[in-house]
Amino acid sequence: MSIAVVGYYEPWWIQIVKAIVIFAVGLQLVPIVLLAERKILGRMQARYGPNRVGPFGALQPLADIVKLLTKEQFRPSTSTGFLFALAPVISIVTAVAAFAIIPFGNVQNIFGTPVGLYGVDVSIGPLYVFAFGAVAFYGIMLGGWSSGSKYSFLGAMRGAAQLISYEVSQGLALVGVIFTAGTLSLTGIVEAQRGMWYVVPQFFGFLVFLVAGFAETNRAPFDLTEADAELVGGYNTEYGGGRFASYYFAEYLNVLVVSGIVTTVFLGGWLLPFGIHPPGWVDPFVVLFKMGLMTFLFIWVRATLPRLRYDQLMSFGWKILLPLATLNALVTAILVVVTH
Amino acid sequence: MTWNPGDDMLEVTRAPAPGAARSTYRAFGETLRGMKTTFGRMLEKPVTLEYPEEKTPVYPRFRGRHKLHKFEDTGLEKCVGCSLCAAACPADCIRVVAAENTPEHRVSAGERYAAVYEINLSRCIFCGYCEVACPFDAITMGHDYEMSDYTRSDLIFTKEMLLAEPLERTPLRREGE
Repeated sequence: MSIAVVGYYEPWWIQIVKAIVIFAVGLQLVPIVLLAERKILGRMQARYGPNRVGPFGALQPLADIVKLLTKEQFRPSTSTGFLFALAPVISIVTAVAAFAIIPFGNVQNIFGTPVGLYGVDVSIGPLYVFAFGAVAFYGIMLGGWSSGSKYSFLGAMRGAAQLISYEVSQGLALVGVIFTAGTLSLTGIVEAQRGMWYVVPQFFGFLVFLVAGFAETNRAPFDLTEADAELVGGYNTEYGGGRFASYYFAEYLNVLVVSGIVTTVFLGGWLLPFGIHPPGWVDPFVVLFKMGLMTFLFIWVRATLPRLRYDQLMSFGWKILLPLATLNALVTAILVVVTH
Repeated sequence: MTWNPGDDMLEVTRAPAPGAARSTYRAFGETLRGMKTTFGRMLEKPVTLEYPEEKTPVYPRFRGRHKLHKFEDTGLEKCVGCSLCAAACPADCIRVVAAENTPEHRVSAGERYAAVYEINLSRCIFCGYCEVACPFDAITMGHDYEMSDYTRSDLIFTKEMLLAEPLERTPLRREGE
């Protein structure tokens, strides 16, 4: 028995086309999220946000990227050269790899060829996400450590502690869903939500996963790794230019990935409520719309909540989130056994 | 025997002891309240003034760049070159060189006029003492506040520049604004 079974194989050339299309879509989504965050954050603080570059500031991300990429690749003399250059690459690679398993639709006939609207449908979907989420922290930890700066180091250590505290709860929050769906495949989980999305029966799982997801992406109120008020920039203090752009890109892609996972696992993926069955080509747009809503929630929370103190982060993770996730998994397990 | 405080004793009010479940519930409620606040702000109009296009209106008493004045009927300058403004100036940024009026060359209404009148705006602190010191109301503080320039010498304003109307009028704040 193999560990990971891929549900459905296409011919190799379709896989390559799919990879390019999904990567291109992901790459286009990042600047949109970047701009949306700055605009929405601005409006929530009673200001406009960027509105100078292009119509309604639409070209602001482009200007940012051009500015960052034309900068000098600066490297502090205390840094560990090889790791310093490698760390942002790890961050970005894991973010893109995790993006691959978000299903935008089930297998569909496109010009007579069956194509699954996802990068790859592995039978260990959530484990794949957690694996890459864990590796992504190496990007932050190596980056912070190899910078040879105290601030970066502190940020990286906080990141490590945060990962340990929150990934457990995140995993346990998904266990309830997996019990109910009886499958680890993300397309299988979506199909199992016909009738009712898991956000209703697994509400506590949803909450725990969401909170742990905020921690996972290092965003407010869990942005202790960056903590610009205390640690200058945290793990990316010493980074500039293209490498900083990589970190930035990875952060926003991670937001999209977590939004996508929440959409898939709790919000019914491409399914629409009230038994509406649109034609297959609508599915990706449904997923993108739900992802957009989740991303808005990310931005909204960032605009609202202040950063947690380190001890608050720890006690919240271990004393509230973990028992809640465990209890949720336990109750779900009992209910599944009783009802079957 | 314990000390008796009498009738003056006040009961100290304390916050309820935070239990884990209760404080979690409270934090959850407060979080939702905060989310409501930020969402409400998003629907309001931003308070931003988009500066280069929209200028901040000033109060009538705002002390901006100086103006020199002429009599409206005769067109003669009000300044008589007495140098009181220069004497009053704490930043020492005004330079006045006076000259005699002659019947053929009559510039001001008085005996003398300011042949040179320069204000170094890079030194000026906009205190308005010159305006107070002037016996003829020849110099007043205007409303302009856009005075940045590329060189320091461009910030030395001569008499012609101070007499001229400003290129762009600064908006005045309306009543109650």
